[in-house]
Amino acid sequence: MTMDLWAITKRVAFYALVLFIVVVAVFPFYYAILTSFKSGTDLFRVSYWPTSFSLDNYAAVLNVGDFPRNVLNSIFVASVTVLLALFLAVTASFALSRVRFRGRGLILMTILAVSMFPQIAVLAGLFEVIRFLGIYNTPWALIFSYTIFTLPFTVWVLTTFMRDLPIEIEEAAIVDGATPWVIITRVFMPLMWPALVTTGLLAFIGAWNEFLFALTFTSSNATRTVPVAIALLSGGTQHEIPWGAIMAASVIVTVPLVILVLVFQRKIISGLTAGGVKG
Amino acid sequence: MTAEATAGTVVRTQPQIQSELMKSRVAAAMWFLVPMLVALAIVAGWPLLRTIYFSLTNTSLNNLYGGDFVGFKNYLSWTTLKSGRTVFSGLLVDPAWWNAVGNTLRFAVISVTLETVIGMIVALVLNAEFKGRGIVRAAILIPWAIPTIVSAKMWSWMLNDQFGIINDLFLNLGIISQKVAWTATADTAMTAVLIVDIWKTTPFMALLILAGLQMVPKDVYEAAKIDGVHPVKVFFKVTLPLVRPAVMVAVIFRLLDAMRIFDLIYVLTPNSKATKTMSVISRENLFDFDKFAYGSAQSTLLFLMIAVMTGLYIWLGKVRFDGGDR
Repeated sequence: MTMDLWAITKRVAFYALVLFIVVVAVFPFYYAILTSFKSGTDLFRVSYWPTSFSLDNYAAVLNVGDFPRNVLNSIFVASVTVLLALFLAVTASFALSRVRFRGRGLILMTILAVSMFPQIAVLAGLFEVIRFLGIYNTPWALIFSYTIFTLPFTVWVLTTFMRDLPIEIEEAAIVDGATPWVIITRVFMPLMWPALVTTGLLAFIGAWNEFLFALTFTSSNATRTVPVAIALLSGGTQHEIPWGAIMAASVIVTVPLVILVLVFQRKIISGLTAGGVKG
Repeated sequence: MTAEATAGTVVRTQPQIQSELMKSRVAAAMWFLVPMLVALAIVAGWPLLRTIYFSLTNTSLNNLYGGDFVGFKNYLSWTTLKSGRTVFSGLLVDPAWWNAVGNTLRFAVISVTLETVIGMIVALVLNAEFKGRGIVRAAILIPWAIPTIVSAKMWSWMLNDQFGIINDLFLNLGIISQKVAWTATADTAMTAVLIVDIWKTTPFMALLILAGLQMVPKDVYEAAKIDGVHPVKVFFKVTLPLVRPAVMVAVIFRLLDAMRIFDLIYVLTPNSKATKTMSVISRENLFDFDKFAYGSAQSTLLFLMIAVMTGLYIWLGKVRFDGGDR
């Protein structure tokens, strides 16, 4: 009898902990959604459950200012950055994982070191290069600078992935006299789709969320990306922060990400743990 | 022995063909690597060298090419007054810089420690078998998926002194007796930053530790159970030593990441001396205060600190760079 009671207590405590973890993880996002549907004075009344439903904040964000433009900027910058990084990384990681040559360890070490770079350390130099190339305050400045973290990450993860593919799949192609380029495009690419999707998605999230470069290398509302636009959203006066609009903008840019992450859950977890580079 | 010998005599031409093949493969590999290496040199190597160079000049933001070489003056310089007193100036004697160094280190150590402990608890929960485990795993991915800027804004609304839900909740629960301006008060600003960072990054930690936990063979636990070993003892004597390598990798990555924190602090507690980190103060000098060379010196020092830490990690961790047998 006492044993049963003890077992029940333990079970209840365990589920209480589980509930606590879920509530803490989800609540801020839930509260942002809740706030985004409030308007007027409702906004300044604390409530734990939905009390009103108004789309005013969404209308304000989408119709006033450059927010839709900022979303398009973010999509463009993140997509081009990822495609560029994947293109450079596929061939490079083939060389790094399937071919034995001197200096391979050194190159891999450099790549890992670059991925640990503090972005601030290259900020001054990058600013000069971007000014020199004449791409300051354009999306290209961001695509250019984001390569510093997307490229090492994609190369590292794809190298780990390719290294674990069996040699047999290559042997037949080598016997047939296929060139390395044919081997990559015909033999490896079909096998690598899952890895490419995962790596691409993680790099996309990284580029989508980047703030320091975007803040520094763009200067007008129309060229900003979403994180900078949200950070700099301001009201009529200095002290009047448009919380409703900020929450609506936050929900708009976060919902697609959350859906993507939940859909690709398993892949993302395996990609994060295999590459283990950044969070 | 004999089998090897015969194999050697029968296919004598094999090594020759193989080495030809190897040569062409290596040549192709070089061509595959060149674009990536060039790209990295342009976006990382060259800018880094330029930053270091700028730190040795008196360059200003409006005149990037008009700076003169001044040696280590930005780091440390001194003048001897007529009275014989020596006055030092420069980064190494700048109290604002050392305040930022202290903030960064405090933030890095506290956040990573708490994230590891809480991440371990969450990972242990997720490693247990129970109904709804998939839902919990999905739920903890949400903080990770939310952009840092967005989470900073969400939390600064929740932590708002007048209308924030945290003050409301804590007042109702009797944890605080009056409303607290979490992000604006010097005493609580760092706590606010830590709360948001821990909320956002613990999932990453938990997932990495969980991957380590799942490698521990199940029969280890079964054997301990049969022997009647207390679960707490099992955790410290069996589980922890087995997952330690996985945890260490995660801790190092997080530590290096925490050392360069910028966006969360820039948005959550702007202009607070209590939370200003090395990255924040460098950017301020580079682009807001027109002290471009001084800011370059600060970012160079941060780079050196992280480089030393990375070097130690690669050296101590013996990261695998050999890339397999091919």
